[in-house]
Amino acid sequence: MKLHTLEAWSLRDLIRDGSVTSTDIVESFLDQIRARDAEIGAYITVCGEQALEAAKHSDERRREGRTLSDWDGIPAAIKDNISVKGVANTCGSHMLAQYHAPYDAHVVSLLKQAGMPILGKTNMDEFAMGSSTEFSALKTTRNPWDRQKVPGGSSGGSAAAVASHQAPWALGSDTGGSVREPAAFCGLVGIKPTYGRVSRRGLVAFASSLDQIGMLTHSVRDGAALLQLLAGHDELDSTSVRREVPSYESVLGAGASGLRVGLLGGASQQGLQPEIHEALEQAACFLADQGAEIQEHAFPLLDKAIETYYLVATAEASSNLARYDGVRYGLRVEGSDTGEMFRRTRSEGFGPEVKRRIMLGTYALSAGYYEAYYRKAQQVRTMIRDGFLELFEKVDVLLGPTTAASAFGFGEKPDPLQMYLTDIYTVPANLAGLPAIHVPVGLDHGGLPIGLQITASPFAETNALRSAAVLETFARNRGWNR
Amino acid sequence: MIIGLEIHAELSTRSKIFCSCSTAFGGEPNSRCCPVCLGLPGALPLLNETAVEYGILAGLALNCTISVESKFDRKNYFYPDLPKAYQISQYDQPLCRDGWVEFELEQELLHAGVTRVHLEEEAGKSIHSGDNILGSDYSSIDYNRAGIPLIEIVTEPDLRSPAQAKAFLEQLKRTLQYIDVSDCKMEEGSLRCDANISLRPQGGRAFGTKVEIKNLNSFRAVERALDHEVQRQRNVLETGAAVVQDTRAWNEAKGVTVSMRSKEESHDYRYFPEPDLPPLAVNQVWVEELRQSLPEMPLPKRNRIMEQYGLGRYASDFLANSAIWADFFECAAKQYGNYKVLCNWLMGDVSRVLNARQEELPQSRLTPAALVELLRLVDDEIISGSQAKDVLEEVCATGRSSKQVTADLGMEQISDEDELTAMVEEVLAAHPEQAQRCREGEERLVGYFVGQVMKLSRGQANPKRVNALLRQKLQQ
Repeated sequence: MKLHTLEAWSLRDLIRDGSVTSTDIVESFLDQIRARDAEIGAYITVCGEQALEAAKHSDERRREGRTLSDWDGIPAAIKDNISVKGVANTCGSHMLAQYHAPYDAHVVSLLKQAGMPILGKTNMDEFAMGSSTEFSALKTTRNPWDRQKVPGGSSGGSAAAVASHQAPWALGSDTGGSVREPAAFCGLVGIKPTYGRVSRRGLVAFASSLDQIGMLTHSVRDGAALLQLLAGHDELDSTSVRREVPSYESVLGAGASGLRVGLLGGASQQGLQPEIHEALEQAACFLADQGAEIQEHAFPLLDKAIETYYLVATAEASSNLARYDGVRYGLRVEGSDTGEMFRRTRSEGFGPEVKRRIMLGTYALSAGYYEAYYRKAQQVRTMIRDGFLELFEKVDVLLGPTTAASAFGFGEKPDPLQMYLTDIYTVPANLAGLPAIHVPVGLDHGGLPIGLQITASPFAETNALRSAAVLETFARNRGWNR
Repeated sequence: MIIGLEIHAELSTRSKIFCSCSTAFGGEPNSRCCPVCLGLPGALPLLNETAVEYGILAGLALNCTISVESKFDRKNYFYPDLPKAYQISQYDQPLCRDGWVEFELEQELLHAGVTRVHLEEEAGKSIHSGDNILGSDYSSIDYNRAGIPLIEIVTEPDLRSPAQAKAFLEQLKRTLQYIDVSDCKMEEGSLRCDANISLRPQGGRAFGTKVEIKNLNSFRAVERALDHEVQRQRNVLETGAAVVQDTRAWNEAKGVTVSMRSKEESHDYRYFPEPDLPPLAVNQVWVEELRQSLPEMPLPKRNRIMEQYGLGRYASDFLANSAIWADFFECAAKQYGNYKVLCNWLMGDVSRVLNARQEELPQSRLTPAALVELLRLVDDEIISGSQAKDVLEEVCATGRSSKQVTADLGMEQISDEDELTAMVEEVLAAHPEQAQRCREGEERLVGYFVGQVMKLSRGQANPKRVNALLRQKLQQ
């Protein structure tokens, strides 16, 4: 049996009825990493020994009847901007290539407490800035569906790892679509929870008010399970919300009956790849057939989402990344005084996209420009959020595209602005702090995965998951088979 | 002359403002740090509620309005001792605003407005290998201090002389110590002051060009630096030139201010709201509770002490300078009615002994009861005033009661008539010639014999009684 090809739920069932051990599972994934990753490039660090050690402990616990959770012994991969104690945490940057995190991120503690081995740390665009993982300073990650295509980004390594069966599931981070877009390009389910639903502690900050840890999985039920493990209040993250976590698994079979589904028309939908447009229309029909009420709404303000996003995100990034100055950790390039050391360290340590965004953000916050840029962007952001909240009075979820097209080729978007525009459908959820899920629904003419996005109101992950499960059925009916 | 001050005071919370590391002074360098106060990747701040409480207490003691909602902002600048390259501070919505301080200078009651009081975090400390940053081969940084909570207090430009600035600061320090939110040790850097100063023609309304002076590490430095700066600006203006807006550092050794950076070089801190911390909503019921918990403030206490105990201004100022000394005095005064004597002891010998022992009153073994007991021993003529000083030293050193020390040192005066008579007779018999001269009217020899008796009794004879007995014997 090829254990590494199974979704996490199936592995859980196998391990529970005693037909396989955690060690079998972890070995199967490590074998697959050895076999595939030279070609895919998903991992920056593979934690083989630690994962096997953790699997051994898990097997002992299971023998002694003291498992830590349902998922005890099921491994996971972690994006390389989420701290794992004692393991390199490069953020895909020369700046942190030698930095090892001295503490576990809150989500990593939760995985460890659940008894889950960590397979390794996955590649990403430098400091999560990018939509193709081409901006990783450390290695190239290829799309398992077509090695000439990018895996998406910034969580491209996590997506590629799961899609090439080098991990059953993985954690990513989503600041403007960095979980959902690679999920779309690699044919996976990608979840961005509500801002504040999952602790950010230990996630290296890109844009603090937008960053959210998310999950890349083979199925909606895997995604629901991983979200269930990680959702909840962390008293050490002041932006994490003290609010009860509902059962996500229990809503998956609820169907579409009575669900109010919104579709957003307007100019933004016009550049869609025809197959995605077609899938969207078919999905709406399917939902209606299943008893959902389909409504069409306009939201013209969303045309401003990209500008707003890139002002807020770069402003926060310019501050968040200022700490990489060569003084305490990470790269240091010596200079004749501290000023020169700062300049040389940051000039050599950061890649072009990171520098571009730091400069944009610094400008947006500067005296004399703050009002026109940062303040204005925050005002538009508030309006977008209010607009969504108003919309979610009328609908339970929104159905739309995640990306305008399937995965693009390496070097195909040399113009930064063109790259930024790939985020057009994903950034609104980050600006408004909403939960959003990408669900794969089929392949395009080139054999690349395409899919759709479900967005819900804050903390209504249940609505999003319920709808995503229906879309999954829709996809199966269309012949989608991961 | 227009002066405004910016004061930073470290709050004496046990843990830092955004993490649970200790705030204790000193310690092995970088031993009181964690991912949060080192600004490691992924670390997040968590606001220390006690720091907010202390900030509110300070605001209330300075007669401020406490904001129902305030927020934190990032102040961005690069400096090696600033771990995140931004300081979490408060920009446009400070915790407290619109307060005032009353203080006295040469018995004149003065008033200065407090624009705002806000919370922020302390940076680390650079330690240069040479005498100064430019002459150093390398610098080390100790981040133990990074993240200690600070309040920044900004005054209105209400001060009109260096002496007023100093008097204001002294009153501010006293006030913060009264409410026990900061130890205000300028020598340890837990209280720091920057001053803004400008000159304008007599009777003029518009403010002149403002100069900021940094690095003022003592009250004396504040006064001296301002004195110097006034003179410097006057000299500039008298030549017909204009004062340049800049930031200057006080050089204590040379007694001059030196330009650090001009307006053009001033930082753009690119303040923006701290996304890692939600806005700070302050419960007004809590504020009222804190207001009720405030102790009596220095000036009202001074005035009450003057009135209630009939003490002079100088003595009352001395007592009210510290709530601890005033409390000690008032506690002792409940058991001892001669307030002036009590206060004189505190100002004189008690201060002297504590200074010599390098102790503060709260750490001392001296209690109000022990002091009262000591004063009673003197009043009852069991020991002399000069013996009492020795007893006080011993009480402070050992913590034993005054009575016990007196007994242990064998200091009780001998007042027993028979015992004293025997001693008087013994010395008269031992010096018959002097006794005779004394009987014939050589008055000064009475003192000589008192001395002899004191010597014989090893100082314990009650000198008054001895004197009386001698005269009696010599007349026989």
